[in-house]
Amino acid sequence: MSEKVLMKGNEALAEAAIMAGCRHYFGYPITPQTEVAAYMSKRLPKIEGGVFLQAESEVAAINMVMGVASTGKRVMTSSSSPGISLKSEGISYIAGCDLPALIVNVQRGGPGLGGIQPSQSDYTQATKGPGHGDFRLIVLAPASVQEMVDMTVKGFDLADKYQMPVMLLSDGTMGQMMEPVSLDISEVKTYEKPWAVTGTKGERKPNIVNSLYLKPDELEKVNFERYERYAKIEKEEALWEEYKMEDAEVCIVAFGVAARVSQNAIDRAREKGIKVGMIRPITLWPFPKEALKKASEKVNKFISVELNMGQMIDDIRLAIECKKEVLLCNRTGGMIPTVENVLSKIDEAIEGGRK
Amino acid sequence: MNKEILIAGFGGQGILFSGKFLAYGGLIDGKEVSWLPSYGPEMRGGTANCSIILSDNKIGSPIVDKPDVLIAMNAPSFDKYITEVKSGGMAIVDSSLIDKKSERDDVEAYYIPATRLASENGLTGLANMIILGLFLKKTNLMTDELIDKVMKKIVPAKKPQLYDLNMKAIQLGFNYEA
Repeated sequence: MSEKVLMKGNEALAEAAIMAGCRHYFGYPITPQTEVAAYMSKRLPKIEGGVFLQAESEVAAINMVMGVASTGKRVMTSSSSPGISLKSEGISYIAGCDLPALIVNVQRGGPGLGGIQPSQSDYTQATKGPGHGDFRLIVLAPASVQEMVDMTVKGFDLADKYQMPVMLLSDGTMGQMMEPVSLDISEVKTYEKPWAVTGTKGERKPNIVNSLYLKPDELEKVNFERYERYAKIEKEEALWEEYKMEDAEVCIVAFGVAARVSQNAIDRAREKGIKVGMIRPITLWPFPKEALKKASEKVNKFISVELNMGQMIDDIRLAIECKKEVLLCNRTGGMIPTVENVLSKIDEAIEGGRK
Repeated sequence: MNKEILIAGFGGQGILFSGKFLAYGGLIDGKEVSWLPSYGPEMRGGTANCSIILSDNKIGSPIVDKPDVLIAMNAPSFDKYITEVKSGGMAIVDSSLIDKKSERDDVEAYYIPATRLASENGLTGLANMIILGLFLKKTNLMTDELIDKVMKKIVPAKKPQLYDLNMKAIQLGFNYEA
């Protein structure tokens, strides 16, 4: 096993992308993800075939991503919330062309230019509407610097496997913090890409990468086919982690930094004998519905802990078919719920349950 | 062992660097470690702070809002965080920049004129390491051997003279009678 090193989340994910075979990065600076681009600008030009390009805008960057993706090469871009909004047109085109790519969002407070402090307020955008049209992104939510690495590698793999864009949905905390991390990446899978636009050399029919279908029945057909793939993903790719759920009466649902804060609150509550646990979604789409549904048969209440106005809460309600009450513990605008915030919500859940 | 440390002061005082020093110490010592800086425009002259957690167990929240140890390097940070230190905790204060004293009787407070000592000893800009030296003495967190290892790791190989200067700063703080 390789020695652990201390790295910022942003730098660790950039190195992981290189290790996963990404040689093309296109981006535009924005806090709090600029270290990703800075790291890539140092590393990629020194690697054979490596291309780092600071585009003139986020829109240009995402279209460069589409261009490289259509040649079958691993490619990524990264930005933070306002920049991701700008990229949403391109993301829709990439999905419409069935191209694999990794898009990193190190979230900050919104809407508008918002602020620069950590946030999870792009949950709905990432999981429901990252652009126009019928499509989905696989959305991965790391909760440590190690997961920034692991999920980047996983993200490239899933993108190739399902021929679709994948989003790493991180936040300012995960991007800026340093933790010991192992860059020992055991296996990087490669995929045949017979659809790639690489030049026919006069030996085969040209491949066409396109998202324009003027005949509605044709467009409907490709959308239906795409959703068959999505159904398979929903069935097979949901990831989550359970924390102290064995005997839990209250279940916290939280991802990213909110899950880290919740972990402390759970430990403190358990010292007082309160039976509380957590389900931490690692994939936000597909959402770990089955795990939550199973938990709803055992626990009395759920608490959604989020850095937004409660964007995940409806997904929890749907997953548990509204069988139990879901409370919200949230801060927004760049604020992070404190352990005390979560503890008092746990108390509320317990007291409410006794009535 | 679970130690939550908050270092706070002006941007440019080396707050993040001294935090990094502690984080590397934890890493080399086989501990779980987290290091979280404040970021943004506040780094240029405004207040900057750094949360460091060293623990035997997996770390939950990386945010230190109730520190075991506060290192305060300017008056606004002292005012803001002294009330947040855990009962039974510790505060180490740069008394050349902060003329107040802690009014808490449940917190051990130590005062060191780190910035003045730095300029008097040809160590301008290393007040952060002087105050860290006192911190290391009072907390007993790192052995001499570990301090040496971390310094070798963290000082750029191209600038070996920084090793001596930083070590001198740490020793100055370590030997200060506070």
